[in-house]
Amino acid sequence: MSRQASRASESKKMNSELFTLTYGALVTQLCKDYENDEEVNKQLDKMYVEIFSYFLLKTRMNVLTKNVIFNHRGYNIGVRLIEDFLARSSVGRCHDFRETADVIAKVAFKMYLGITPSVTNWSPAGDEFSLILESNPLVDFVELPDNHSGLVYSNLLCGVLRGALEMVQMAVDVKFAQDTLRGDNVTEIRMKFIKRIEENLPAGEE
Amino acid sequence: MADNIFFEFLHMEMVDYVYKMDVSREEHEQVKMNAISTLENMGFRVGQGLIERFTKDTPSFKDDLDVMKFLCKDFWVNVFRKQIDNLRTNHQGTYVLQDSKFSLLTQFSNRKQYLLEAPRYLAYTCGMVRGALSNLGVDSIVTAEVSLMPACKFQVVIQRS
Repeated sequence: MSRQASRASESKKMNSELFTLTYGALVTQLCKDYENDEEVNKQLDKMYVEIFSYFLLKTRMNVLTKNVIFNHRGYNIGVRLIEDFLARSSVGRCHDFRETADVIAKVAFKMYLGITPSVTNWSPAGDEFSLILESNPLVDFVELPDNHSGLVYSNLLCGVLRGALEMVQMAVDVKFAQDTLRGDNVTEIRMKFIKRIEENLPAGEE
Repeated sequence: MADNIFFEFLHMEMVDYVYKMDVSREEHEQVKMNAISTLENMGFRVGQGLIERFTKDTPSFKDDLDVMKFLCKDFWVNVFRKQIDNLRTNHQGTYVLQDSKFSLLTQFSNRKQYLLEAPRYLAYTCGMVRGALSNLGVDSIVTAEVSLMPACKFQVVIQRS
């Protein structure tokens, strides 16, 4: 029965591996799709543009597009995930951005990714902070090939955070400031509070 | 294990992305590709990876039935957090795995609504099963059918060379 016991304890890990691998498959597919386009475009435009500069430009654009797409996909997830989060945790409304930061790092990240990033680098105005991720489960088996050095692999997370916070009336700018995949020492997500989104309640409600 | 919902949302986005991509492909007439097979291939690779992790400490399997049992119990529990409810076989290489509450469908409906959309949410799992079997040395064709959500049947036909 020892197998049974070890299984239970590893179960959570396995489950996040499913997520990690699935995410990897999605990124791979995206890269494949856009490389095909690139190939087609290159053939078409060969005659007009000097290949080298065109290729450089094209690569950068495509990487940007990919980053935008991840962000957008993540946004869709975040918009839905926040409901699950509010239902499952007993977190109420946050009164300031510091409290938000705490909830994100200590409750939300713990719940969905099993890690607790640290909150640091507050701006003097208190409207900007960094999440430092010591480990990022999304990149467990990942190595970025050289030709994708501009790819923000985990950009989905930014979208998730942005989408989720937007649903609780906070417009926030989220981006990766550092990424271990790209040779930095830590993974850092920078979050900047933009504004509180006004609620438009129908007349007659509280 | 709350992180499973993260997987479910990611899966939805993935299906959506692949389908939209497929539509734009059709427009370009350059690459014809079927969204179902794209999803299936993505699942295949993931199934291969997962089975390597899951079978790390298990003794080797006696026969195909043993493999299928592992798939219905351990694999399914790890991926979908429940066992397959019913496993049937004709002892000639065809297995039917029945899940009466398939987790990727539970959010949609508990009747016949959205039945037409169901196949696209099963393709990834079919690929995953095929990938897992393939890494255990079993070539197979995996299909899925739904007659009433969220119940779902996966049919595995083992290919003998």
